[in-house]
Amino acid sequence: MTDYLLDGGVLADGKAVQVLIKDGLINQIESVVSTLGATNLQKISINGCIILPGFVDLHTHLREPGREDSETVESGSRAAAKGGFTAVSAMANTFPVADTAGVVEQVYALGQATGLCDVFPIGAVTQGLGGTALAELGAMADSKARVRIFSDDGNCVFDPMVMRRALEYVKKFDGVIAQHAQDPHLTKDAQMNEGLISSKLGLKGWPAVAEESIIARDVLLADHVQSRLHVCHVTSAGGVDIIRWAKARGIQVSAEVTPHHLLLTDDLAESYDPIYKVNPPLRTQRDVMALREGLADGTIDIVATDHAPHPAENKECEWQAASFGMLGLETALSIVQATMIDTAMMSWGDLAMRMSTSPARIGGYADHGQGLKIGSTAHLTIVNPTRAWKVDRDLVASRSRNTPYHGMEFPGSVVATFYRGIPTVLDAKLESATHGN
Amino acid sequence: MRHLLSTSDLTYTQAIRILDTAAEMARISEGPVKKLPTLRGRTIVNLFFEDSTRTRISFEAAAKRLSADVINFSAKGSSASKGESLKDTAQTLQAMGADAVILRHSASGAAQRLANSHWTSGSVINAGDGTHEHPTQALLDAFTIRQHLRVGTGDLRGLTIAIVGDILHSRVARSDVHLLSLLGAQVILVAPPTLLPIGASTWPVQISYDFDSVLPLVDAVMMLRVQQERMSDFFFPTAREYSHYYGLNADRLKKMKPTAIIMHPGPMNRGLEITAECADSARSVILEQVTNGVSVRMAVLYLLLAGAPSEDGEITQ
Repeated sequence: MTDYLLDGGVLADGKAVQVLIKDGLINQIESVVSTLGATNLQKISINGCIILPGFVDLHTHLREPGREDSETVESGSRAAAKGGFTAVSAMANTFPVADTAGVVEQVYALGQATGLCDVFPIGAVTQGLGGTALAELGAMADSKARVRIFSDDGNCVFDPMVMRRALEYVKKFDGVIAQHAQDPHLTKDAQMNEGLISSKLGLKGWPAVAEESIIARDVLLADHVQSRLHVCHVTSAGGVDIIRWAKARGIQVSAEVTPHHLLLTDDLAESYDPIYKVNPPLRTQRDVMALREGLADGTIDIVATDHAPHPAENKECEWQAASFGMLGLETALSIVQATMIDTAMMSWGDLAMRMSTSPARIGGYADHGQGLKIGSTAHLTIVNPTRAWKVDRDLVASRSRNTPYHGMEFPGSVVATFYRGIPTVLDAKLESATHGN
Repeated sequence: MRHLLSTSDLTYTQAIRILDTAAEMARISEGPVKKLPTLRGRTIVNLFFEDSTRTRISFEAAAKRLSADVINFSAKGSSASKGESLKDTAQTLQAMGADAVILRHSASGAAQRLANSHWTSGSVINAGDGTHEHPTQALLDAFTIRQHLRVGTGDLRGLTIAIVGDILHSRVARSDVHLLSLLGAQVILVAPPTLLPIGASTWPVQISYDFDSVLPLVDAVMMLRVQQERMSDFFFPTAREYSHYYGLNADRLKKMKPTAIIMHPGPMNRGLEITAECADSARSVILEQVTNGVSVRMAVLYLLLAGAPSEDGEITQ
């Protein structure tokens, strides 16, 4: 196995260091490390770049099995590595649905075979995402995939009794229910945020209250049964307020925000270009600012991508006919830097917490999110904060092209990713020689 | 101006120019020879993904009076109903050499999507897109109001016009609000709160829930069609209660100014939003709206397709 010496980098706090990766582990972090005993040593100059713990995504649609035309575990892993992720969480809304031990083990095995990042399956809460009968949560937890996060994402677990039972049941193995908070009755045929823009465009509105009312109900349920709730993709100022209130009460709730909800707003729909169609929808500038504040003060624990690939034909059509969702893995770091770091709302240490440490803790991914700790597995993401780049949808690693950022320029980039001590990305390019494991 | 997608894209000068041109077209239509050779050899496609016989016939009559070749493409029973996309349909028509596409579609924004894509190079005219806009309907409404209340020229300054009913789902209302206010009229939206869009108070209109208090103020009332299916979505309790508060009937007619006119974009639900007495009264200009629709659509086709010279340079091909 090759050992690596990262030379010329800095830690999140700005301290200049060398890092020695030996036998796949973080061996030393010193101003000058000793390379005695290192074998097959490769020195990598990362002049001035920031060394962060490998990113962990808790919300990724990899589409396999069933929709391999839009993404596969392999192509999604490539996109993840390019975006600096060393672990992703594959959402359950595949065909078949990931609601049995068999499907989650298959997805997990595909991730291991690809070997570019860990792929941790999320199990469905209810059978077939139907919302009425619990899936075999215990069997998925006990499977080789060791599922701890359960979600019907795409659908809300709307029946309050089903939600209550799910929250209770997963306490047995310290699981967590990740809720897609959307009241289906308030959002029938909804197309975009309900507000001035939807009224003008004649597109059916998706009111923020449809999300907030479910968040409010669920934090009360989590409190009542003393279990863990994770709120997927919070989008509204009101949602942030409810979560802040719940945390102050000591309720075990965590929450995520997507990069697109930190950056984009509903007025983009005025183009009627469904590249901006996403569920939950883009909201207003006021909501964007509240989400940034919530992420900065820790009310929102993590950034999660909700990476949602779709084939071209599902976006090259009328808004109403188009699929919901946008790519997210390859642009996440750049957007969080632009919206949170370069605005002085967060430090790089905060970013490491919200993109690595906290998501790994919520998901129970013990091998990840350990920070830069001697002896821990070398999952590392190297960021050059001044290497500006322009997004080009034709150059993405994902199998799909539905990025809303095409042509946009961002201030910094992921230049290298180390997964289990092996570079999956170097010089901002995927390493082709790192397949299999 | 290459496309007509929304009345909010129109400038004051463009709107007046369309109305003046429509007046010219109306004069020609009244003469012994109704046909102009202007668009001879040009191909216009009526691309209708949604049933609307009256709008389609109106555009067809307008195009034919300008000597254009008209192809009617109805999505019903066609490949579009078998899942062919708007993109493929548009590219097929483009390959057949369409100079203009008149698009009716149930999806809001379909016309804008078509115009901004590379799927067709011709002009796109929005003949109604979902619950967004229906610009030629607004133009014929403005034209009709101008004929009756402004002797056929100029703008609509000083007039007050009520639009009554299902504003939320009405593409006619959205187009009317932009255009009538652009032309200087005061618009009052009258509806139960459930049928007003969120944020309508930011539009250039007044809003009232009380039809009776508005009636004495207005120079024209535009009654909107109420779809039967709205009742199942709790927008109002019963048809009877809706009619009681927002239907135009003989009693309400008496509260209007003697000069005020009654309008409706059709098709009407007689007995729901308007009684037969009102629809057929001397104050009703509903059939004139239909007649004027042809003139206005002739004007739009002429200005978009004939490369008409323009003094202000605003309307050119």
